[in-house]
Amino acid sequence: MAVKEKKIGFAKRLPSSAVFSIASTVGALLFTSFILWMAGAQPGLTFEKILAGAFGDSVKIANGLVVWVPLSLTAGALIITFTAGLWNLGIEGQIMLGAIAATGTLRVLQNSLLSPVLIILFACLMGMVGGALWAALTGILRLFGGVSEIFAGVGLNFVATALSLWLIFDPWKRPGVGSMSGTEPFDERLWLATIPGYRLSLWSLVLVVVVFIGLFILLKKTRFGIQIKAIGKNLEAARLMGIQTRKQMMAAMLLCGGLAGLAGALQVVAVYHRLIPSISSGYGFLAMLVAMLANNNLMLALLVAYLFAILNIGGIQLPIVLHLDSTLSGVLQTALVLFFLIMNGVKQHLTERKERNRHAE
Amino acid sequence: MVSKNIKVVFALVLVATLLLTACAKGTSEPAANSEESEKFVFGMLLVGAYNDQGWNQAHYEAGLYVQDHIPGTEMIYIDKVNTADRPGTTPDQLAEELVAQGAKLIIFDSDDMKDGAHAFAAAHPDIPVIHASGDGAWVDGNAYQNLPNLANVMGRMEYGKEIAGCAAALSSTTGKIGYLGPLINEETRRLTASAYLGAKYCWENVAGKDPADLTFEVTWIGFWSNIPGVTLDPTQVADDFFNRGYDVVISGIDTTEALTEAQKYADEGNTVFAIPYDFKGGCGQTSGVCLGVPYYNWGPSYTSYVQSAIDGNFTPSWDYLAPNWEDLNNPDTSALGFVKGDALPEENGAKLDDFIAELAGGLNLWKGPLNLQDGTVFLAEGETATDYQVWYLPQLLEGMLGLSTAAE
Repeated sequence: MAVKEKKIGFAKRLPSSAVFSIASTVGALLFTSFILWMAGAQPGLTFEKILAGAFGDSVKIANGLVVWVPLSLTAGALIITFTAGLWNLGIEGQIMLGAIAATGTLRVLQNSLLSPVLIILFACLMGMVGGALWAALTGILRLFGGVSEIFAGVGLNFVATALSLWLIFDPWKRPGVGSMSGTEPFDERLWLATIPGYRLSLWSLVLVVVVFIGLFILLKKTRFGIQIKAIGKNLEAARLMGIQTRKQMMAAMLLCGGLAGLAGALQVVAVYHRLIPSISSGYGFLAMLVAMLANNNLMLALLVAYLFAILNIGGIQLPIVLHLDSTLSGVLQTALVLFFLIMNGVKQHLTERKERNRHAE
Repeated sequence: MVSKNIKVVFALVLVATLLLTACAKGTSEPAANSEESEKFVFGMLLVGAYNDQGWNQAHYEAGLYVQDHIPGTEMIYIDKVNTADRPGTTPDQLAEELVAQGAKLIIFDSDDMKDGAHAFAAAHPDIPVIHASGDGAWVDGNAYQNLPNLANVMGRMEYGKEIAGCAAALSSTTGKIGYLGPLINEETRRLTASAYLGAKYCWENVAGKDPADLTFEVTWIGFWSNIPGVTLDPTQVADDFFNRGYDVVISGIDTTEALTEAQKYADEGNTVFAIPYDFKGGCGQTSGVCLGVPYYNWGPSYTSYVQSAIDGNFTPSWDYLAPNWEDLNNPDTSALGFVKGDALPEENGAKLDDFIAELAGGLNLWKGPLNLQDGTVFLAEGETATDYQVWYLPQLLEGMLGLSTAAE
């Protein structure tokens, strides 16, 4: 009896979620510190340089936001499909197709009489269409061909990469020569306006805010949002409830692809101003970590994406100042996810234990 | 639920920031003293890893050479400057990071950074910019920028490749030489064609063999190194050459698959060879398969640029540097060199030395009659190619197998 009371007492003292988050963060920092120590670096100095690289001046802060914009959009896109229970690993290809469609549109319209604003707008819209259509291929293979969206998506990523390389080295190559530096840069009038002295476009920031408000409403306040959540929880049960699961899953894929395509289009009109071989910059895969760490919560995704963005930008300092490989900041990113998942598991275990004890009582 | 989760991750972000700050306290670097502030810092952007045993290591070691030869200079660098490794960044942005750390001259080491180098040079007219392998400072070039702070430098590696081609021809018993090509552009076409010209010349004139018995084939993998699922696998391409009876593979890519595969085939009892590229130590630890390596030596030219920047008399220039024929492998005077490998027997080594002496004496293999791959005349009888014709070679040459452009 005494033992039972002791168990209940422990369960009552179950730490709050914030404690688990702190524990996972500390764990990730300790783990990364160990890696740094093994690499012969001073962890404190390394972290200081990452922070200085991310927040040292207004230009660095703006550079962090330049990374944050496509990363947030892509994470938001993935949250739609993850909510519907679809592991859309083809997100990289969808970003690329968005960039390809935007580039194609700019190439076609660059000498037209349309105003640059309209051309940029149309390029972004076509980017969304390109990403959505590429996602639709995965959706069709998943819903009508019985092919896992994971394998279909990964396969289509390779196709998208090959397609962009072919375009860069053949039909869209620079005059006389194909180059890994990409297609010929577009005229400056077709660049999305940036804040003077910075690489950051205010328009892209506004776009993120608008998109996330839209996503919040879509996922929380509409029938569609509730239905894809039901599908994600239990596909069969959702079907029995009369939800048109195929239609809604396809819609989730199209929306996700559209937003990923928008991120790709922004890479073209706001960052690189041309199509380059790695136009997706790996944001699709990074966004998966963001969505996982944010537990598919939109607001959290914005925060985590920012944390990842500053690690990316801050990590640039490592080779310059400390002669360290800057991918060590990536170790911190993945360690955060790993330890968060571990602590999530611990928390779940303790919660279940508490429940068991309550029933036993 | 939402607000609870926000608190959780906000706490996570906050804790991460606080811990990072706390960890940072007490470990700050000491303030720069006056001696450090007088240092001339130069920055270098490397497209790949600084220790890749190839193109980037050659540049990195040139930076160390500058430090050794101009007291008071210090190199800072960022490697892996490409969009796959540094998402969301551009070369000009990263160059500004180097400037923020005190760099007063910036070196961009890749053709892939052309736009970034030009944009940075235009935006920072007070910072001398060196763009290796580019043509933006060439008044007669196709990409001339007319920027007062931009210089280009490139070794005349055509000679190095001609020597490599000659070594291959002297060593081949099957008369089948493979070329492991990267991507197709003007630079790679002219270097591949140079290897062919060297091989053809030595096959006929040194080895005294029938030109009809020589096969020279290039396979382009699509990039400077292997990207699984995107490029052809250079290991497979090298294997394919050896399996089809090609006994020498000349590498034009930045990684060492040709050499590694040659070693594997040699260990199985086959007589095959390879010739790596870019870096003086390119033959590495292999045994009995490396015929030699044509390499770049950027150190002397970088020293000259840095010194002129220190002296305040930096001027734009397009420098297409020939080797020092008096002493091909002199680290202080030759822009490129050729190190013989342990697989080149003494007799062939001597013949190769004779060929090098001929080049030093004025032998020009870029002399007509030469036709392009499609049969059109490139150089008429007795005509010698200009730098422009060589630099912007539009096709491979007649007699070479493989694609001239990606469009075919």
